[in-house]
Amino acid sequence: MTLLSPTRGRRATPSPAPTDAQESGQRRVLALVGVLAAWVVGWALLKGRQNLELAVSTQTDLHRWLLDVRDRVEAARTDNFFLDYVVGGVSSALDGGVEFLQQLFSQPAFPRPVPEIGWLGVVALAVFVAYALAGARIAVLVAVSMLAFGLLGYWEESIDLLIVTGVAVGICVLIGLPLGIWMSRSDRTTAVVTPVLDVMQTMPAFAYLAPLVLFFGIGPASAVVTTLIYALPPLVRISAHGLRSVSPTTLEATTSLGSTSRQLLAKVQLPMARRTVIVGLNQTTMAALSMATIAALIDGPGLGEPVVQALQSLDVGDASVSGLCIVIMAIMLDRATTTASDRASVAARTRENPRVRRAVLAVLGVLALVAVWLSRTYTRFAEFPEDPDLGQPLADAVNSFSGWVIDTFGGLTARFTDLISNGLLNPFESLLAESPWWLMAAVLVAIAYLLAGPRVLAPTVICLAIILGSGLWNDAMKTLAMTLVGTLLVMVLGVVVGVWMARSRTADAAIRPLLDALQTLPPFVYLIPAIALFGPTRFMAIMAAVLYAAPVAIKIVTDGVRAVSPTTVEAAQAAGSSSWQTITKVQLPMARSALVLAANQGLLFVLSMVVIGALVGGGALGFLVINGFAQGEAFGKGLAAGVAITALGVMLDRITVHTAARHGRA
Amino acid sequence: MSDAALSVRDLWKVFGPRPDRIIGTPDADLPRAELLAKTGCTAAVKDVSFDVAPGEVFVVMGLSGSGKSTLVRCLTRLIEPTAGEVLIDGEDVRQMSEGRLRELRRTHVSMVFQHFGLLPHRKVIDNVAYGLEVRGIGKKDRHAKAQEMVDLVGLSGNEASYPDQLSGGMQQRVGLARALAVDPSVMLFDEPFSALDPLIRRDMQAEVIRLHHEVGKTMVFITHDLAEALKLGDRILIMRDGALVQMGTPAEVVAAPADDYVRDFVSDVPRSHVITLRYVMRDPRPGESLDGPQLPPDMVVQEAARRVLDSEHAVRVVEAETLLGVVDDVDILRVIVAEEGVRA
Repeated sequence: MTLLSPTRGRRATPSPAPTDAQESGQRRVLALVGVLAAWVVGWALLKGRQNLELAVSTQTDLHRWLLDVRDRVEAARTDNFFLDYVVGGVSSALDGGVEFLQQLFSQPAFPRPVPEIGWLGVVALAVFVAYALAGARIAVLVAVSMLAFGLLGYWEESIDLLIVTGVAVGICVLIGLPLGIWMSRSDRTTAVVTPVLDVMQTMPAFAYLAPLVLFFGIGPASAVVTTLIYALPPLVRISAHGLRSVSPTTLEATTSLGSTSRQLLAKVQLPMARRTVIVGLNQTTMAALSMATIAALIDGPGLGEPVVQALQSLDVGDASVSGLCIVIMAIMLDRATTTASDRASVAARTRENPRVRRAVLAVLGVLALVAVWLSRTYTRFAEFPEDPDLGQPLADAVNSFSGWVIDTFGGLTARFTDLISNGLLNPFESLLAESPWWLMAAVLVAIAYLLAGPRVLAPTVICLAIILGSGLWNDAMKTLAMTLVGTLLVMVLGVVVGVWMARSRTADAAIRPLLDALQTLPPFVYLIPAIALFGPTRFMAIMAAVLYAAPVAIKIVTDGVRAVSPTTVEAAQAAGSSSWQTITKVQLPMARSALVLAANQGLLFVLSMVVIGALVGGGALGFLVINGFAQGEAFGKGLAAGVAITALGVMLDRITVHTAARHGRA
Repeated sequence: MSDAALSVRDLWKVFGPRPDRIIGTPDADLPRAELLAKTGCTAAVKDVSFDVAPGEVFVVMGLSGSGKSTLVRCLTRLIEPTAGEVLIDGEDVRQMSEGRLRELRRTHVSMVFQHFGLLPHRKVIDNVAYGLEVRGIGKKDRHAKAQEMVDLVGLSGNEASYPDQLSGGMQQRVGLARALAVDPSVMLFDEPFSALDPLIRRDMQAEVIRLHHEVGKTMVFITHDLAEALKLGDRILIMRDGALVQMGTPAEVVAAPADDYVRDFVSDVPRSHVITLRYVMRDPRPGESLDGPQLPPDMVVQEAARRVLDSEHAVRVVEAETLLGVVDDVDILRVIVAEEGVRA
């Protein structure tokens, strides 16, 4: 999940520091300390009063009204033009498309007891496509991965997930590429579209599940639309960027030879931006995969389902096996799209002989057709054989291993959990959630102002008003507390590992591939080890969030520290600084904007994960969202929770982005 | 001059808001920073006029920021001029429709760029054929023509390479071949060799001179390098802050600089290589012998030096049977000694 970092970095444009920066900086720190002190005093005096706590089963008028809206929307579905034709049309087209592909590849196609094309045919076709687009090595990877899905016992779910991801990515390309082209040609379009993309990326994925369900119902259509919304921005941004960065001289030269604007696009801009566009496609595909798994919560078909079920029944073994399938799929898609983009730059001059390549393609094509025929003719090639089954033994092994880990280290993890919970999480949560709401709101506004300046006042106040209006103030503060604690841990990890990696090439070489791999994993996967170690608690959700957010933060800190001018570092060393002094007095202060950016990304990643963690005991807003799907009458409250999450996310994003802008230049 | 290949009349290019209000006002003569402060505009080309004869190599020279690159882009409206006329073969480029302009670019005028502007995803041959391709010429024909051009610029054997596999000099040869392939009547060069090493630059200059002899195109050549301008140009236009400072043959510019700016520019030029007898001759003194050999007035001093020094009598400078003046040893030595002084 690297998709947020490149675009967000750009938004944090540093503004020149005022001349009296130092003085005003000191005053700000003093004011900040004052605010915190006032907050603690207020909390101690007024603890538990007016903190707007709301029991899970209690609903406000707003929640009931939202529930009512849903009922009315559902009732109106057949006789409202917009709902019936537009939304209904899109919805049934998507449902139909996904269903068609499912019957083709994964689900029984009535009256056949098996899909039109059985597993052998599907594998052979996938290998053919992989070879054609990304070469022999990727073809092998695809073959192994696909067989692994079957052997682990999740053939149908895996193919379903691929279908949902594929349909969403396909639509992303149809929408995103023209939009990217348009943006690259018109500044006005860019100005209009960019904020929309910002919101799409800032909004925690959980938040828009509910409104979508309202219109599209639960099922494949909602799953595809959710995935689409989440996955579209990187493709649009990156392709627009790629097209814009085509060398102006080349454009001028080809214009001077009399190219029409269509010729420029087809012969110059698109070919030259091809590699970048495919990088965007890679990010979009990975985002789509992670969202498509989450869409299991709204009944999207695919691997998310078994993961959710296993997580909810705390079956670490099953969760691990289906999680492993997701990991394999992530690696497969990531490698395939990355290789395709690498090849794009050297496509026409591959070292492989074009004649050999054509021959192999022909052979593979024929083999694929034969395999398709076989899979339509013989049941054993149509239905993935249940024997050998690697999934069950693996699940058992994981279960006994995690049992052993808990027996052996259980005391240790419990002590760690207690330490963080009692020492950090509980007091902090109490401070946020038990202060009166008006005190809390005032404190947040004051902190936002002191950190990020007057420009964030309006967004902060509006977001807080929305949270207050949602009737879920107390839950939002609990979620905020978890997010902040998680982000704190992420930053500790980010600074320690980031500085280490920036200072040691060996450490970097060893750790970076691991971070890259972690970043490609869909968020669900992080819950599995966390739940194995810490059980279904709030703390587990925080740890999963830390795991999820740390790679981004570490990378940003590493790059920031490394970007510090080597001359300055040398000068510091020449002046006799110790390593510690160099780090604390030179490298970290000079990498300040990277630290703020890391915090920004950390906050957003942690927030989205903390919310997802509600699936297995995270509580607060996330729980309300999930509960909204699970119980019909809680829908209104779930929707309100989604809105509150969005408001929280936007507020945190605005504050950190503007803080970064303000402190960008030391 | 109605028979000019290219004719520019009162050309202006002003960047900024409502640019046409500047034209012809005293504001246009303000220094750049003041104009910007006052109007928010920058005048890149100010009232420039010139004619280029068919087959001529016309060099526009100036320092960076003098407006020469903008000027050359205005000729085919890669940058839209603010005012004035550009006539190519008698037709006003500024009046052309989009389609007619494209036609002009495809068949009449082609350009070579400082940073080459090649397509990295295409082989050399397809880069060279690009202009023919957008014109709609079939693959076979355009490849045949492109191959001819590749051979002409000395890149035979590299057709199937990609631009990034070639050196800078070779890449610019591709740019040259691409411009030649459309068989234009006018070729524009925008500092084509500035990005190259000095030795390669010299080769490429020789290449342009050779090509000019072979294909005889009209050329407009932009450079900031005076030596290059003197070497290539039949005539030179010197620009400063967007305005024309002097226009003339190399000898004229060196021998009779229009102002201190140009004088400063040409001060360390090897004068004897540039100045012609026309600029060193004098009227014969009363009673001076007119028995010396005849030489044409456009011969450069260096070439004439030996003949003059070998001759007992002053050399007669004669054009079309008319005696223009005489040159003796002292006149020649004055040029050469002055040059030594400059070098020291």
